[in-house]
Amino acid sequence: MADFGGGDPEAFRKEVREWVDANFPAELKGRPNPMMREERAQPSEAQEAWRKAVGSKGWGTPSWPSQYGGGGLGSAEARIVQQEFGRAGAYNPIGGMGVMMFGPTLLEYGTEDQKLEHIPLICRGDVQWCQGFSEPGAGSDLAALQTRAEDKGDHFLINGQKIWTSGAQYADWCFCLVRTDTSKKHEGISFVLFSMHQPGVEVRPIKLIAGNSPFCETFFTDVTADKKNLVGPLNGGWTIAKRLLQHERGGLSGAGGGGMGGRSLVDLAREYVGVDAQGRIADPDLRTRVVQHEIEGRSFQQTAVRAMLESKGNSGPSAATSIMKNAGTSWMQLRHELTLEIMGHQGLGWEGDTFKPEELGAVRGWLGGKAFTIYGGSQEVQSNIISKRILGLPDLTQHN
Amino acid sequence: MAVLNEEQSMLRDAAKSWTQEKSPVTAFRKMRDSGVEIGYDAKAWNEMAEMGWAGVIIPEEYGGSAFGYLSIGLILEEMGRTLTASPLIASGVGAASALVLGGSDAQKSEWLPKIADGSVVGALAVDEGAHHLPEKVALEATKSGAGYSLSGTKSFVIEGLAANLLVVSARTSGAPGDKDGITLFLVPADAKGVSRKRLALADSRGAANITFDKVEVGADAVLGAVDKGWDVLEKTLDRVRAALAAEMLGAANQAFETTLDYLKVRVQFGQVIGSFQALQHRAAKMFTDLELARSAVEAALQAIDADSPDVPELVSLSKAKMGDVFHLVSNEMVQMHGGIGMTDAHDAGFYLKRARAAEAAFGSPSYHRDRYARINGY
Repeated sequence: MADFGGGDPEAFRKEVREWVDANFPAELKGRPNPMMREERAQPSEAQEAWRKAVGSKGWGTPSWPSQYGGGGLGSAEARIVQQEFGRAGAYNPIGGMGVMMFGPTLLEYGTEDQKLEHIPLICRGDVQWCQGFSEPGAGSDLAALQTRAEDKGDHFLINGQKIWTSGAQYADWCFCLVRTDTSKKHEGISFVLFSMHQPGVEVRPIKLIAGNSPFCETFFTDVTADKKNLVGPLNGGWTIAKRLLQHERGGLSGAGGGGMGGRSLVDLAREYVGVDAQGRIADPDLRTRVVQHEIEGRSFQQTAVRAMLESKGNSGPSAATSIMKNAGTSWMQLRHELTLEIMGHQGLGWEGDTFKPEELGAVRGWLGGKAFTIYGGSQEVQSNIISKRILGLPDLTQHN
Repeated sequence: MAVLNEEQSMLRDAAKSWTQEKSPVTAFRKMRDSGVEIGYDAKAWNEMAEMGWAGVIIPEEYGGSAFGYLSIGLILEEMGRTLTASPLIASGVGAASALVLGGSDAQKSEWLPKIADGSVVGALAVDEGAHHLPEKVALEATKSGAGYSLSGTKSFVIEGLAANLLVVSARTSGAPGDKDGITLFLVPADAKGVSRKRLALADSRGAANITFDKVEVGADAVLGAVDKGWDVLEKTLDRVRAALAAEMLGAANQAFETTLDYLKVRVQFGQVIGSFQALQHRAAKMFTDLELARSAVEAALQAIDADSPDVPELVSLSKAKMGDVFHLVSNEMVQMHGGIGMTDAHDAGFYLKRARAAEAAFGSPSYHRDRYARINGY
């Protein structure tokens, strides 16, 4: 889509600004998106109003096609929407797995009926999705999954267990990988959609080392999925799953750790470690590692910019997303490690008023961050993808 | 790879086909075996100059093409791939940048056209010790009649043996370590009192230690302002560092690709060794690092072309990152080739040796990390 259709970007900016000023509830200014938080279950009136307002404009998914409820905007216009939200201190209330992974995948692989049924609900934020991929026996080796779907004529009957299902306790629908042929591995997997609000769906939140429960164990006992909610061909789900994982990895690389927020390591080091007479971080060994980390982060950002310029509108993730996922997540993990080290004993507090919120956040962030190199295809799986798909290195032909 | 304009694409293609056809690694090997003292093939250098490479950053009025630093980086990247030895960085980037940035009209008119056509080779005589510390200048320039008398020693002058023209940093006031009090001089290499000692280095490239014993020069030999040479010197050094990083990028990518090819053909335990995950993941790590390094190097060159204020930090970032990555890749090249990589008959050793020499030249990764931190106030 051509940006502005020959129109004036400043006129569009003015339109967006006036709309945001008229519709964004002042009490939500600067507040984070409640999407992945406990409060998602019981949103406030203002939160609901803001979600509905943005959803009806399609501006939460600004570049998605308007016939499915998206904003139908070009990339420059979409950027203006984002900038104007930012200027007003407004979060984008439309998000989650539906926006990040499932929607783009369905737009690519879904039938017209499927897109018309599911995409508008995502654009309005009326339906939250969860991802039924990993199983206890199928983590990095995802294609080993065993959740069965039996053909019952007009529907599938699903039995099995998923794990690490992000936000399953708040989800309305699930996009799920199921086994429809046990005689083959990758070619026996199908991609189906079903409601989480039906008998036989049981969700148990898992408490993690950081003390929170962003993931669940999810059990399916005689759960049904209508045939019309099979995406792609029967036994053809693996191709779609791989594409979806690229969208996931693209989102997880965090492009330069922009999602980290907070103060820079240099600022923290000045406060907690101090500086020498020349203004350098007083611990020279730490200083070296901080510089190295800064340089690494900067070259990662430069790579994100370069990838964008090189793709020249050829949007969507590519095989290179594996590089970015590995580089980005390693960088973020190291940032957490360095933050903890810089804070010393103050960076080890679990709770209590001896510790500042920033310090308590550091330890929880450090623990939670250990998942970065595990989920969305572990560091090792990404390295396999890079070495095989990009570098063309062969598979082992025999085992000793 | 950065998005290139038409002239840049043509320049890169020309550099690629010339280096592959006329200057493959076998040409470097032949040059080394011949023991040629200047450390490059003069005939090959003439061909490069005829193609206009020595004038890529020189303004058109002085015989160059003014294509800029990203452009010369593209050429150097291709030269790095085949380890092509030449004075392009010392002369076409180093001496040329110093003159463009700080030279008087007379100095530019006298020297730039000759640098652009390759008839004069320039070199930067900057360092005086085992490490790159450009403000630590002890070589003294004292007033002598209407001009100056230079005495002292410069070490590790790249292409110092081949050079006809030396850009010399000298102390006219202050003490070694002060940035104030440094003055740049243009000194013909055959001036009375200049003596050069060839350095035989591991990477077989050209370098010399140069002693200045009461070398008399006129006041018109001063490049820029007396005592205020640091600004031009630092800007010149940043251009040389970025150019060298581009050469390193090419060399590191070739070292990686040669290694990758070997992983796909070498059979052990009944299969190609590239099927072993222990090697695959190291290859994946190198590939990721090389992509990040490319971004850093191209960003530095583009910043120079845009005359952006963050050139110093972007250059230090790129030289530090590129140095680390070339270090890793050159080590892995030898390790993954195994015994054959230890032999002189194989090219792996050439890349390993070049990696260390290029890392040390104009600031090691450690030097540039420190500089990056200082620029950013910590």
